[in-house]
Amino acid sequence: MGLLSDPVRRRALARLVLRLNAPLWALPVAWLERTMRSVGLEVYTQSFSRKLPFPDETHERYMVSGINVYGILRAPRAASTESLVLTVPCGPESTNSQAVGLMLALAAHFRGQIYWAKDIIFLVTEHDLLGSEAWLEAYHDVNVTGMQSSPLQGRAGAIQAAVALELSSDVVTSLDVAVEGLNGQLPNLDLLNLFQTFCQKGGLLCTLQGKLQPQDRTSADGPLQGVQTLLLMALQQASGHPRGAHGLFLRYRVEALTLRGVNSFRQHKYDLVAVGKALEGVFRKLNHLLERLHQSFFFYLLPALSRFVSIGLYAPAAGFLLLVLALKALELWMQLHEAGVGPEEAGGTPGSSPPLPATQRVGLASLVAPLLISQAVGLALYVLPVLGQHVAAQHFPVAEAEAVVLTLLAVYAAGLALPHSTHWVLSTQAPDRSWMALKLVALIYLALQLACITLTNFSLGFLLAATMVPGAALTKPSGPRPLCAALLVLTSPAATLLGGLFLWQQLQEAPLSLAEGWRLFLAALAQGVLAHHTYGALLFPLLALGLFPCWLLFWNVLFWKC
Amino acid sequence: MAAAAPLSLLVLLLLGPGVWGQTDPPRDSLREELVITPLPSGDVAATFQFRTRWDSELQREEVSHYRLFPKALGQLISKYSLRELHLSLTQGFWRTRYWGTPFLQAPSGAELWAWFQDTVTDVDKSWKELSNVLSGIFCASLNFIDSTNTVTPSASFKPLGLANGTDHSFLRYAVLPREVVCTENLTPWKKLLPCSSKAGLSVLLKADRLFHTSYHSQAVHIRPVCRDARCASISWELRQTLSVVFDAFVTGQGKQDWSLFRMFSRTLTEPCPLASESQVYVDVTNYSQDNETLEVYPPPLTTYQDVVLGTRKTYAVYDLLDMAVINNSRSLNLQLKWKRPPGNGYIHYQPAQDRMQPHLLEMLIQLPASSVTKVSIQFERALLKWTEYTPDPNHGFYVSPSVLSALVPSEVAAQPVDWEESPLFNTLFPASGSSSHFVRLYTEPLLVSLPTPDFSMPYNVICLTCTVVAVCYGSFYNLLTRTFQIEEPSKGGLARRLANLIRRARGVPPL
Repeated sequence: MGLLSDPVRRRALARLVLRLNAPLWALPVAWLERTMRSVGLEVYTQSFSRKLPFPDETHERYMVSGINVYGILRAPRAASTESLVLTVPCGPESTNSQAVGLMLALAAHFRGQIYWAKDIIFLVTEHDLLGSEAWLEAYHDVNVTGMQSSPLQGRAGAIQAAVALELSSDVVTSLDVAVEGLNGQLPNLDLLNLFQTFCQKGGLLCTLQGKLQPQDRTSADGPLQGVQTLLLMALQQASGHPRGAHGLFLRYRVEALTLRGVNSFRQHKYDLVAVGKALEGVFRKLNHLLERLHQSFFFYLLPALSRFVSIGLYAPAAGFLLLVLALKALELWMQLHEAGVGPEEAGGTPGSSPPLPATQRVGLASLVAPLLISQAVGLALYVLPVLGQHVAAQHFPVAEAEAVVLTLLAVYAAGLALPHSTHWVLSTQAPDRSWMALKLVALIYLALQLACITLTNFSLGFLLAATMVPGAALTKPSGPRPLCAALLVLTSPAATLLGGLFLWQQLQEAPLSLAEGWRLFLAALAQGVLAHHTYGALLFPLLALGLFPCWLLFWNVLFWKC
Repeated sequence: MAAAAPLSLLVLLLLGPGVWGQTDPPRDSLREELVITPLPSGDVAATFQFRTRWDSELQREEVSHYRLFPKALGQLISKYSLRELHLSLTQGFWRTRYWGTPFLQAPSGAELWAWFQDTVTDVDKSWKELSNVLSGIFCASLNFIDSTNTVTPSASFKPLGLANGTDHSFLRYAVLPREVVCTENLTPWKKLLPCSSKAGLSVLLKADRLFHTSYHSQAVHIRPVCRDARCASISWELRQTLSVVFDAFVTGQGKQDWSLFRMFSRTLTEPCPLASESQVYVDVTNYSQDNETLEVYPPPLTTYQDVVLGTRKTYAVYDLLDMAVINNSRSLNLQLKWKRPPGNGYIHYQPAQDRMQPHLLEMLIQLPASSVTKVSIQFERALLKWTEYTPDPNHGFYVSPSVLSALVPSEVAAQPVDWEESPLFNTLFPASGSSSHFVRLYTEPLLVSLPTPDFSMPYNVICLTCTVVAVCYGSFYNLLTRTFQIEEPSKGGLARRLANLIRRARGVPPL
């Protein structure tokens, strides 16, 4: 307790532990190269290094450097214009050696076949997503996240599809399929269908989100399980965090999914031959493709492996929710209009008179000040935690990662004090109408943001709409203020995140205690910030720069001084 | 009697060429050659070359009698006034990093370049017709060559044969990266050979083995060469080359030993009777230092040493015309066994015109030693017109491979040799001095996916329905809601008022 409360000592100890940790596990690069070469592949390596913005405590890493090894199987009589990727992520946490073995066996088998029309890349990445990020950036010759890596020596044209393989244990009883990628991107549904077909053919037990597929649809259990799976997928997609090493491939328009061999302690055990056969089938089918996968859906939700909810079905739900905001905004505008126009020009037709005079009378200052202040708070929320981590770590007995999370929470809480500060700036003319105008702006702002999010990541958009829309619609300075305040706080983005975590664990049938939940919440915050800086995940900037300021506007409306 | 008449006719036919051959010394000759090169990666490359030389000026004289030179190509030369023709059809990609420098590389797909005589007035028209004729001869889609994929390089493609001037406006170059090469292209190519695939080296050209390889490239090169040392008159040279790379890993079950039979599922039984020279070269150069030896069976009678592509190489030579080679075992089946397993000066840029001509960028760069040079070109993805999409738009669109022509300094200085006497593989490119050699490399073609509209059925239905509804609804609504009135002709516009002003000034009654 006393020893570690000093941040300098803590950091020194952490560095020591990191240094001790480092040589404990390393990718056997030379062995991999030798083995891949012996099965007849062209082998290349790529080294990369990346300094994270702050230490990642979940994965225990800060200065990351590693080596990716990949071997290319050149298709005979093909000009290396197209390729497929089989990737196996390796790391200190999951050595994944079974998957590497299976991959090498597949490579040796594939090498002897003559029917390949696309090159096949067998990729072993270190440090899971960081490695594949480095490899993908170098392959496409871009640099979007500040990764330092050596250029690739061997390339094989445009990647058509990728499969990531993770076998966490020696015994495989079922295969879990993960589709959700970075920012909630999904692969083409045909890729999933393809895999599912081969699972059925080989009699493999496949799970989705770790849930078994309902056997009979007649019982009440089936639909319930479907709903659970659907909710899990929606939550996972909303988080925007890739659920496997395939997640970053989707950004480069490479259809990809992750197969995870799981030991769920069932009677049934599969030897790796069955898994290998399914993979061989998938690769042969992909090899025969003339075009990229494009025929099937790119936007879908999965209640089961063999069933999906298409965008045509679920999009109206979000549409109706957003309609509430639009109607509310229309109502407010009418009210404002009547209030502004009513006494003076009662005889004029309401549609033809311009609405501008009303807003002008409301006063631009009373609109602009809250807008600017809430946006500034959002900017502070985005910038301060990472910029100020060293200052915070020097002045308070916390490590950098903790400093980031605590700064986040502090700025967030400070934002709640906004209504009391904005009143200093505002003049108190026409108070009734100015809150209406502010709410009108906030409603339109929220509706636009939610519509944009829903178009790209439906789950996130719908989750935010379902939580934020009631609060946003009901907020007004009059009425039961404490009740409204409680509702608003409970539906703020941070509270949604916390609720999402609890729901996620509940659905996974591993309920959380409050303390555990809080710890998980803090870890999730750190991971969110980290994912933005390392992979370019959009959830953190979206919440910090877009939705939180918008939410603050409603908070402001609620505490409007009438 | 009825049977005797055709018999005597047959005898006459058989005697005909023989008698003619005795009276008039043949002005054409055929040399055939096979070079087998074990590659650094363990694969085996086989390069066939068939060279027909004809001492005749095809353009000047009206030539009607063809002996060895294929008539189809001879007529082509005189009709289109060709000076040089180079056509290659390739499936696969030569991996220089693993296979070393090739004798002659070709880009994936079809490549055609031709120099026309300076008497040709409309080069583009001749080019168009030439590509269409060649398309018929070789069963390839060369007829897709048009102005959008034809360029006129100014520096990279010099004439390989005898040339008076190099005005590059008579040069045309085109690549079709999507062309798929298969048996249908091999058969017409084989038919151009004097012995077809009946005798000589061409017996080995068995389609199912040739296309069971990692790389397959067949080419036709026609060029004028000097008839003799004085170079007073020209001869025409037709070189048919075919290179294949056998995947030792797949065909040899991991072993690097090979034999002619294992590669081609044929052995050599007799030389082509029309050939004046028929030789097989096997590269037996000792690459590595660590006592790694290889053994060729049957042991070669002669070896040949020369500087090829800047390095000294040793070849075992088998002359098929030498009866001893074949007679020993009734057929020649070469075998090779490894005793131990092995271990900025100029920029020419011609911008594209949409749907008219492609971009052409030529750069002359002096590369510093052991350096990496990256040439990157930025481009924007554009939407095409809807009729311009291929039937498989989601496959992507090909960008032709880029060409790298280089004079590489040799490690060992080559001796000046007699051009006619040295093996065919060493005389592909005109000699450029003893201290350097010419290399032409191609990059792989690039597959770019362009933004593609959704061509699926629902999208089409939506588009069509919307159009129909818009048109029908628009016109019907217009008809139903329009009220027709008779309107008095107006007083006239500004022009009329101006005219009236002028009329009033002139004293004429207004309009």
